[in-house]
Amino acid sequence: MRRLLLRLVLVLALPVVLVAVWWVSSSGSEDVYWPPLRTIVSAFPDVWTGERWRGDVLPSVLRLAAGYALATVVGVALGTVIGSHRRVRAVCEPVLEFLRAVPPPVLVPVIMLFAGIGDTMKVVVIASGCVWPVLLNTVEGVRAVDAVTAETARSYGITGVARLRHVVLPSASPQIFAGLRQALSVGIILMVISEMFAASNGLGFTIVQFQRSFAIPDMWTGILLLGLLGFVLSVLFQLVERRALGWYHGLRAAARRSR
Amino acid sequence: MLDVRGLRKVYEGSGRRVEAVRDLTFTVAAGELVCLVGPSGCGKTTLLKCVGGLLEPTAGEVFLAGRRVAGPPPGMAFVFQEYGRSLFPWMRVGENVELPLKQKDLSRPRRRELVADALASVGLADAAGAYPWQLSGGMQQRVAIARALAYEPEVLLMDEPFAAVDAQTRADLEDLVRALWRERGITVLFVTHDIDEAVYLGQRVIVLSASPTVVREQLRIDLPDGRDQVHTRVAPRFAELRTHVYEQIQAAKHGAARVPSKEPQGADTPPTH
Repeated sequence: MRRLLLRLVLVLALPVVLVAVWWVSSSGSEDVYWPPLRTIVSAFPDVWTGERWRGDVLPSVLRLAAGYALATVVGVALGTVIGSHRRVRAVCEPVLEFLRAVPPPVLVPVIMLFAGIGDTMKVVVIASGCVWPVLLNTVEGVRAVDAVTAETARSYGITGVARLRHVVLPSASPQIFAGLRQALSVGIILMVISEMFAASNGLGFTIVQFQRSFAIPDMWTGILLLGLLGFVLSVLFQLVERRALGWYHGLRAAARRSR
Repeated sequence: MLDVRGLRKVYEGSGRRVEAVRDLTFTVAAGELVCLVGPSGCGKTTLLKCVGGLLEPTAGEVFLAGRRVAGPPPGMAFVFQEYGRSLFPWMRVGENVELPLKQKDLSRPRRRELVADALASVGLADAAGAYPWQLSGGMQQRVAIARALAYEPEVLLMDEPFAAVDAQTRADLEDLVRALWRERGITVLFVTHDIDEAVYLGQRVIVLSASPTVVREQLRIDLPDGRDQVHTRVAPRFAELRTHVYEQIQAAKHGAARVPSKEPQGADTPPTH
């Protein structure tokens, strides 16, 4: 109980200090662009009403979820194919390195030409950025399946779909999750950016609207909300990861103990 | 049961050509426990992988119960030295043992039965729910043995299975292999670099030469079937046999011809069928 309390204190200490510093240093601010934190906090419930949650936050999160899911499916599937075949990898690698180096935001105008300016465009933009970390990490993970593990599977006739499901993908899953984690932060950035072009709703759109109409405290509340959203998603990700990779953390802890 | 004829394996790669195995011919009868022993680096693992269908031999053939081996046959199970990498860490012990059975189209109750029986016979009946990495090294190798047993192989191939465990665990596992072999009547081909282990375990020991490998000698181990760590290892006959194998291996390392003068009395070299 005392250890739990101590941990809670340690976790909360820095955020509390930062908020306090912000609160005190901004309290007497007359600057229009740098309003007191008190003003921002009091504006928060007025800005983020139920209607805004439904009309802006929810569509943003849904587009993020769709794009992220699409990137996961495509990234893991393609990554598995590329990672399992040396020839395919040799052919694809230079192209992948090039495509990965293109910053996804510059693709937004191009994607708009093909996918229009609706939800499809935004989902495609998010997916096109998220897919790279997933794809490249899957390739590495699939390629790195241990030689003895692979021979064991072969000697027991574990081939085809069973091999993929019970051997290759679980063995690559720590790497795949590393890619998914990177993809999550990329996804949030692209969610906002895609809404800054030709949008009529969404978190990014709303924040830009506030800024253009000089509703500066409202703009700040949007930025706070984005930060909170990122935090909540990261906590959710950790929960899923800890469940799915429980064996991996256990294995690593066991290896550390025996050393 | 197992018939190896003129086996040869040459590795080719990056301008180097390595002849690991030159010409191996031997047979293992049904229900026999045969140990292969040779100097380190003599291509024992290569040989066993060719026998198990994991490697394509350059020349020669392997027959399992009359059928030519091309790719891993369902009648063989492999136990690797590196149990930590051979067991799947993302599966519990029970799932590890069961996975190969799913490829055999067995019914669920039958699979359960085989898994429980195999785990019980290696003394791990209550470990089915644990992850392999929660167990000690010796227990992990027991799980690998259970997985092989549940597969119901005609021939069990073991590649230096106890090289990575401590001496006491090793003695226990050797006795386990002897006991399982006697109970179940399976055919076992056991590769080791440990001379004592080979003599203690085997009904017959095949001594290999240094690489490129040929069969140097086949030696029948005429120790009684009921062996135990305390008495068998101090028996005069055990000492004679191990000394003989030791001399053969020393000679093999230095590339000398066979040492006939030191052959122990009564050791008969069976004809290569």
